[in-house]
Amino acid sequence: MSKPKLALYWASSCGGCEIAVLGLHEKILDVAEAFDIVFWPCVMDFKYEDVEAMEDGEIDVCLFNGAIRNDENAHLAHLLRRKSKVMVAFGSCAFGGSMPGLANFNDREQMFNYIYHDSPSTDNPDGIVPQQRTDMPEGELVLPNFWNTVKTLAQVVPVDYYLPGCPPEASSIETAVTAIVSGELPPPGSVIGPDITVCDECPREKHEKKISRFYRPQEIIPDPDTCLLEQGLFCAGIATRSGCGARCPQVGVGCRGCYGPNEGVYDHGAKIMTGIASVLDADTPEEVEAILDTLPDPAGYFYRFHMPDSLLRRTARTNGKKLLASEQVAASEL
Amino acid sequence: MSENEKRVGVYVCHCGHNIAGTVDVEHVAEWAYNLPNVIISRDNKFMCASTGQEQIEEDVKEFNLTHVVVASCSPHMHEKTFRNAVERSGLNPYLFEMANIREHASWVHPDDQDGATSKAKALVSAAVHRVLHHEELTPMQVEIRPEVLIVGGGVAGIQAALEVAEAGHHVYLVEREPSIGGHMAQLDKTFPTLDCSACILTPKMFDAGSHPNITLLTYAEVEQVDGYVGNFTVRVRKKAKMVHEDLCTGCGTCWEKCPKKVIDTVFESGLGYRKAIYRPFPQAVPKYPVIDVETCIYYDTGKCRACEKFCPTDAIDFEMQDEIVNLEVGNIIVATGYDLFDPRRIPQYGYGRHENVFTSMEFERLVNAAGPSDGRVVLRDGETTPQSVAIIHCVGSRDKNYNGHCSAICCMYSLKFAHLVKERTEAEVYNFYIDMRTIAKGYEEFYDRVLEEGAHFIRGKVSEITDATHASEEEGKLVVVAEDTLIGKQRRVPVDMVILAVAMEPRADAEEVAHRFGIGCGDTGFFTERHPKLDPVATVTEGVYIAGACQGPKDIPDAVAQGSAAAARVLSVISQREVALEPVRATIDEEHCSGCRICNTMCPYHAIDFIEADSVSRVNPALCKGCGTCVAACPSQVISGAHFTFDQLIAEIDGIMVDVNIDEPLVAAEMV
Amino acid sequence: MSENGTFKPVIVGFLCNWCSYRAADLAGTSRMGYPATLRDIRIMCTGRLDPTFVLRALEKGADGVLIMGCHPGQCHYQEGNYKAIRRFALLKRTLRQFGIEEERVQLHWASAAEGVEFAKTVAKMTEEITALGPLEWSRNWPNEDPHIYAEEAAHE
Repeated sequence: MSKPKLALYWASSCGGCEIAVLGLHEKILDVAEAFDIVFWPCVMDFKYEDVEAMEDGEIDVCLFNGAIRNDENAHLAHLLRRKSKVMVAFGSCAFGGSMPGLANFNDREQMFNYIYHDSPSTDNPDGIVPQQRTDMPEGELVLPNFWNTVKTLAQVVPVDYYLPGCPPEASSIETAVTAIVSGELPPPGSVIGPDITVCDECPREKHEKKISRFYRPQEIIPDPDTCLLEQGLFCAGIATRSGCGARCPQVGVGCRGCYGPNEGVYDHGAKIMTGIASVLDADTPEEVEAILDTLPDPAGYFYRFHMPDSLLRRTARTNGKKLLASEQVAASEL
Repeated sequence: MSENEKRVGVYVCHCGHNIAGTVDVEHVAEWAYNLPNVIISRDNKFMCASTGQEQIEEDVKEFNLTHVVVASCSPHMHEKTFRNAVERSGLNPYLFEMANIREHASWVHPDDQDGATSKAKALVSAAVHRVLHHEELTPMQVEIRPEVLIVGGGVAGIQAALEVAEAGHHVYLVEREPSIGGHMAQLDKTFPTLDCSACILTPKMFDAGSHPNITLLTYAEVEQVDGYVGNFTVRVRKKAKMVHEDLCTGCGTCWEKCPKKVIDTVFESGLGYRKAIYRPFPQAVPKYPVIDVETCIYYDTGKCRACEKFCPTDAIDFEMQDEIVNLEVGNIIVATGYDLFDPRRIPQYGYGRHENVFTSMEFERLVNAAGPSDGRVVLRDGETTPQSVAIIHCVGSRDKNYNGHCSAICCMYSLKFAHLVKERTEAEVYNFYIDMRTIAKGYEEFYDRVLEEGAHFIRGKVSEITDATHASEEEGKLVVVAEDTLIGKQRRVPVDMVILAVAMEPRADAEEVAHRFGIGCGDTGFFTERHPKLDPVATVTEGVYIAGACQGPKDIPDAVAQGSAAAARVLSVISQREVALEPVRATIDEEHCSGCRICNTMCPYHAIDFIEADSVSRVNPALCKGCGTCVAACPSQVISGAHFTFDQLIAEIDGIMVDVNIDEPLVAAEMV
Repeated sequence: MSENGTFKPVIVGFLCNWCSYRAADLAGTSRMGYPATLRDIRIMCTGRLDPTFVLRALEKGADGVLIMGCHPGQCHYQEGNYKAIRRFALLKRTLRQFGIEEERVQLHWASAAEGVEFAKTVAKMTEEITALGPLEWSRNWPNEDPHIYAEEAAHE
């Protein structure tokens, strides 16, 4: 019997997920042993034509990382979906949009204006901007169309499994790979991994919570044994799926939320929001506002990993118009 | 049950013309067939009538319905009615949902029939989507302990205690002061009958003190209440009295010998004195004294011990400590009474500055035969009989600067004062009032009587009480300045004595006490009853009742009536032996709870415990009131609020956002 | 949007069982008219309001969300509305970053006796949202995926 065929692809992401697969170290040999790797552009030389040439459903498993930011990402998502039996959204970008998804707080025009004109480090006296089509003596060069709105993989093609993490921990990948190899997969649509939160794995002591102000990480040295949130440091661990071993809080950094929400949650940001707001040590709107003044860019915190698959997905359509002053402040802090 | 096995019946009520006059009821019923899992949809003239209810019962059987939706009036009106009908049909009563298309649609949109009909469709859709997620729920049965805690030994508390005790159940009556009796014990006469207050109260106090079914805990305060209806655990702190009650005979030698005189600001309202070891008043129940450690010489200097020396039974114990008593009770009646408004807050009335401005309670003590002046109406010098007396109504009441509410009793006690001044002196009496409120039996007649006795009534709010004189007849007098609104003139009335009819206010610690017992305070600060008309002595916490002036200003007969009413409610609960608790409450999925403890501070009823060993939080279902605050707080969504679950509410939102203009196929507006 | 094209907003209401829902009942029994724009959902307490519900309503096409509870200090459950104040404040700041106008999501109080205030609140909010125009959140992003166009074209 031939080995099952595995494809790995990298759409709009940083490449960390690829490194995480390599981070399996010697276990990667087991993967190579168990699978016939048919497509992995980051590591081996494959061409899109190779994939196009395959039969539909020929690939057994596709580990797809990265968000869908442009036509090329979408093209490969559709292509690999057609060619794969099992499609896994691998890592936080494919799952929830993650860092690339934060671009949904702006639109394309705003971003291009900033990047190519307005940013303090931009030196572009001729106002040159990338053109989608450029005629060269050798022929026409085409860049993929850059979308106004970043999407998750599941918003473009049907996804069978989700493997969260930025990047997924080696142990999570192992769990997933083992499940795939053994054929003992959870029901389609599942997130592979335990459904508990980071707090569950976090060794810090938790008490009844009351937050009277927030601190930026540089403002305090947190007590090493106490819950970070109780000390006023933003931590999304209360609302974020575990599987990471609570790595960040263990070293004094609040959980960023990369493993995403728990089962049944519709909006990761809303859950972080409600958890944190509930324990603000204030009852009048004025007192509440005073505390919240110490938490700049709340939407950025809450939707850091799940903006495109949040209920609202993006900010209001601005069509390149100037944002309200209040939004600009927030956007610049992203 | 799988999704496609669910069979929903929808009933749209005409309510005669009340709904059908505005909402196109037939259309709504017809349209509802497009909603998911709807098997039968009917309109009906009156769903709450027996025919309407029977229709549900018949249909459930004939069409094997699994869920029922009734679109009619407010659930506050008929939810119970229809739940009962659903239960009679053999279904769990919680597999039912109501859409309010009368109060919330037809009655408020009479000029917009299309709008009202569209809204009715949206509300029916919401109910159908929601009911598909309903689960069978069963009320929890708990046993009722027969013991009753009554907090506050004023007349309302005493009345309640006697009623419960007479019915054969044990009562713990907790009172903060050394004696029961409350404010009524301080009064001289009661309006309008002019009964001697002490004469009618002291027999009741004695009965309460000697009843075999009543345990008095005086000089004591409730510190903590845990548990739920039928099974409360109450921690009471008995302050150290420094006197062993089992040895003391109440002979009075100790306070006769005590060298330390103290101004009595409680019982005598600051007009008289007591000793450092004291019994608040002669008829006190219990009759034993207490040592006030704040003023006792021994606790200050380490010397004296005169009381101990002279006590014939060695009852004095300077080393006595506070005692904590834990009580197990099934029901609680809170009758903690009221405070009087401090008129220093209205500086222009000069109380505390002009010595002959008195509060109403000071005047009560003054006219009381057992009071500091032996009942003589005299000025603060203790000798001079006033030639003229002004009584100022509504001091701190009906005044947005202090209390918006009417204190209910001031008009009548002011009339009583007018009568007593007339009876005991030759003085002219001027009543300054805003409105006269003499609203109960015999009250208006009493007003007539005082008018006939020649008291003057000036309708106007007093702006100032001053000793700055303008004319010779004002010399040495207090001048009451007010606009007489009946003649439209500014009046200056020189008098010798002014009595301020001060407001009844919630106790200073009412909010704290409310919190302790799980009851609410309204905007005036008095405790909130469950329903202002139909459930005036119950509270939102089952098993906790309120009686007397802690619920709002009231006179003695009303306070007594509430004491009896609260006792009757408690007796009715006790006689049921067990009580069913509404199943709308929260539960935590402990397998998935991460122990983050966000929810721990959410519950005002202390229903959430953190289980250290398992690192999870747990809801005590009997304590939970089902508000859902912890459910909404849980960041990992593992707290579920029965009957208001996440899925039910999301389904309701999706259902309510249905496009009411689309006839079919009907799906909630989907995202691109 | 009504048939004749004039914009009639849809406002989803979250009313607490004890005060604001009863205020709405009272507005009904007292026949105090207000625009048929509010579609209300009963929750036991504003403390039950998960911010997810507000986002869901907006996502599903609501032009506004009105949350109403007992006045501060008068919560039937003592302090549920204080929790609502906290969550609402943070939700509002978040929605601002999403570019959603403040008027679209509002928190108000009404005691069970305040039927008039309830009706006025709905009327005022309806005016404000009518002035803003429809939110139509799902139309907020054009479908940019060329494959979907291709597939759709293939279907046609």
